[in-house]
Amino acid sequence: MLGKLDWSAIPFGQPIPLVAGAVVLVAILAVLAWVVIRGHLPYLWSEWITSVDHKRIGVMYILLASVMLLRGGSDAIMMRIQQAIAYQSAGYLPPEHYNQIFSAHGTIMIFFVAMPFVIGLMNLVVPLQLGVRDVAFPTLNSVGFWLTATGALLVNLSLVIGEFARTGWLAFPPLSGLTYSPGVGVDYYAWALQISGVGTLVAGINLVTTVLKLRTKGMSYLRMPMFCWTTLASNLLIVAAFPILTATLAMLLLDRYLGFHFFTNEAGGNVMMFMNLIWAWGHPEVYILVLPAFGIYSEVVSTFSGKPLFGYRSMVLATMAICVVSFMVWLHHFFTMGAGPDVNAIFGIASMIIAIPTGVKIYNWLFTMYGGRIRFATPMLWSIGFMVTFIIGGLTGVLLAVPPADFQLHNSMFLVAHFHNVIIGGVLFGAFAGFEYWFPKAFGFRLSERWGKVAFWFTFTGFFVTFMPLYIVGMLGMTRRMQHYDVAAWRPWMIVAAFGMLLLCIGVISQIVQLVVSIRNREALRDRTGDPWDGRSLEWATSSPPPVFNFAFYPDVRGEDAYWAMKQHAKEQLERREPEYRDIEMPRNSPTGFICAFFATVMGFSLIWHIWWLVIVGGLGAFTTFVVFAWRDHDEYVIPAAEVAKIDRANIEERRNLVSMAGGV
Amino acid sequence: MAMTATVEHADPHHLGRAVEHAGPAPKHIVTAYGFWIFLLSDIVMFSCFFAAYAVLVHQVADGPKGAEIFDLRNVAVETICLLLSSFACGMASIAADLRNRLWFYLSMTVTCVLGLAFLAMEFREFADLVSRGYGPSRSAFLTAFFSLVGCHGLHVSAGVLWLLTMMAQVFAKGFRADIMRRMTCFALFWHALDIIWVAVFSVVYLLGGAA
Repeated sequence: MLGKLDWSAIPFGQPIPLVAGAVVLVAILAVLAWVVIRGHLPYLWSEWITSVDHKRIGVMYILLASVMLLRGGSDAIMMRIQQAIAYQSAGYLPPEHYNQIFSAHGTIMIFFVAMPFVIGLMNLVVPLQLGVRDVAFPTLNSVGFWLTATGALLVNLSLVIGEFARTGWLAFPPLSGLTYSPGVGVDYYAWALQISGVGTLVAGINLVTTVLKLRTKGMSYLRMPMFCWTTLASNLLIVAAFPILTATLAMLLLDRYLGFHFFTNEAGGNVMMFMNLIWAWGHPEVYILVLPAFGIYSEVVSTFSGKPLFGYRSMVLATMAICVVSFMVWLHHFFTMGAGPDVNAIFGIASMIIAIPTGVKIYNWLFTMYGGRIRFATPMLWSIGFMVTFIIGGLTGVLLAVPPADFQLHNSMFLVAHFHNVIIGGVLFGAFAGFEYWFPKAFGFRLSERWGKVAFWFTFTGFFVTFMPLYIVGMLGMTRRMQHYDVAAWRPWMIVAAFGMLLLCIGVISQIVQLVVSIRNREALRDRTGDPWDGRSLEWATSSPPPVFNFAFYPDVRGEDAYWAMKQHAKEQLERREPEYRDIEMPRNSPTGFICAFFATVMGFSLIWHIWWLVIVGGLGAFTTFVVFAWRDHDEYVIPAAEVAKIDRANIEERRNLVSMAGGV
Repeated sequence: MAMTATVEHADPHHLGRAVEHAGPAPKHIVTAYGFWIFLLSDIVMFSCFFAAYAVLVHQVADGPKGAEIFDLRNVAVETICLLLSSFACGMASIAADLRNRLWFYLSMTVTCVLGLAFLAMEFREFADLVSRGYGPSRSAFLTAFFSLVGCHGLHVSAGVLWLLTMMAQVFAKGFRADIMRRMTCFALFWHALDIIWVAVFSVVYLLGGAA
């Protein structure tokens, strides 16, 4: 009846996951109780959970990423403490638990922090920058988000029901095969990623179509803001790479569930095929993450230097070059496989070549700043911090791309330091820059600059104190994923790294404080005009937060930096006779995404525990949901012209006030 | 590609012949375009199974080789069924464009029957192999064979389910704009499965059957 599921799945003997699970459960129940008692449930349901508005879905993606960042961060704290004390001792985490922690840490940070954070920002901003009213497929957008949330839920469920994978974040066979991982850990991992992977693919298709087919009048490709270009590149990579992950995990699951022989040691299976397939997805994946971050830096650096982006076209070219070359370097993740000098040399050179377009970008940002009037607001600090940090990560990456050096450094702490260097310094700093930069757009008030700067400096220094020691112990021969060790020379560095973790924690706490303080002071921090940073692209041309329809009229774009050009002609624009407002049709909200994700959760959970009848129920439920959605007669509602006019006039009034205050026009 | 399209629209060299970008595309274009992108991603997924097949095709583990188990006559009939179903699906698209219910139902029924015939033959082939002890667990070659061909079969099954839903929708709602958009997507899906089958037929059966 319940497949493999029984009471032994609950880890009564292990206090850490049990207590952590209990705390999370209490927190969730408390939030739910608060929502219900205060009567927010109808609002939450109709305005957020069923929302198909790209801005709200973007916000929910970022909320998911932030919560998961705390979970993944807790794993990181536990690992740093373990390695700081596990010198010639067992530490406080038993090996089977430690292995689950580093596997969960990697899986969560990549799939449920970095991915939803950048997808959330792209969702929030790209339609606004393109001057349109929504993404190409609003309801699918909601489905994609909720499927991602399903994946996150399943991973966290493994904390208290059963176990998580002990295989590392990419679950290489034969370790992840049934022989060596007979438990449900790898199944949790694989099904969570399959389900959230469908969500990511949906988001990718949606954003590619949005950028290529939904742009306002005059917004030709070479007038798009750089963030739209990097969004296009990143989502093209999603469309091309995520199906590889789906296929690879499907093969692994077939091996595990039906006794197939893709990656087994017996009957002619090929373990190295898994390495090739998973990294053919895995390497583009890091560019899926970092390209949108590059786009954010481009927007931020240009805005806060008060200059157009230097070398816009070379930036476009560099972005698309990275997009293509990122598919030709995957083998550098396993030079030690023994593919031979020719193959290794080709992939080594291809990996080094990627540094060239990336270097072009760095110089473009520097030249954008050169001669500009730089304002050191928090988003700009993150961007400059990124440039300093990322160059170091990039250089160690070029080092690792040299096969002989890689033979020494493969699977060492040096590698761990390198990819944290580029992912934290590249992706996470970018996500934070974007968060600070676009927060006023999403919510209508700015974040506290003081606490933003505190958060930046603690995170920035904390990063270096944590990860530079890892480069050193890597050079001293320490391999990754060690539960304990006996080498005295590593110990001091591990203690330093643990101290750095403390600084990073203070950085994260400062960011939470920043949020709380800013919400309390929101009236003083209110962004009335919709253009708090003196921005250059179209998202700043509408109010903050934007109305549900984003723009009363499709903006008419005449060149790059569309909104900057409009502001140059602000006076005549404002004095121009008011155009005739028209009714606007917007897509209706729909619970399809949420209900689908509910059935996907049921299906995923029952697949993990082999509860076959429930799998069928879940599948039928999901299909029925889609049919019901397809059957509805009214998929749009109309916002009357009078309502549009009222909302738009209020914002124009604020902007008129600003112009007259600024220039005495 | 992207660059040439850009040059036409943006007039980057200020030659004075700029054709301004006209604004967001109409809905039926957007939907079909997005579905194309999905199909491309689906083809990438199939390419992984093709790659796995190419890697594992000689790993027969003392079991049967392709030439020993493929019945090319059966496969030929399967192929004819699927190609004809694609033709019928094309007829259904035309009938939908002309708002002709009779021809629409007729063509869709023919598409469905041919699709089911294909599935039945594939199922018989699989059941036969399994009963002879040549199931997917027998060898890596058979693993790759069953997965690749079975993945296509699963797609066809999903297509049949979609086809029936499509017919029910037209029956209940008529040729409404949103249903016509879905019909376009369905037709694209069905034809794409045909293209993939041509690759399966060539790579698996023709190459494997000859060896």
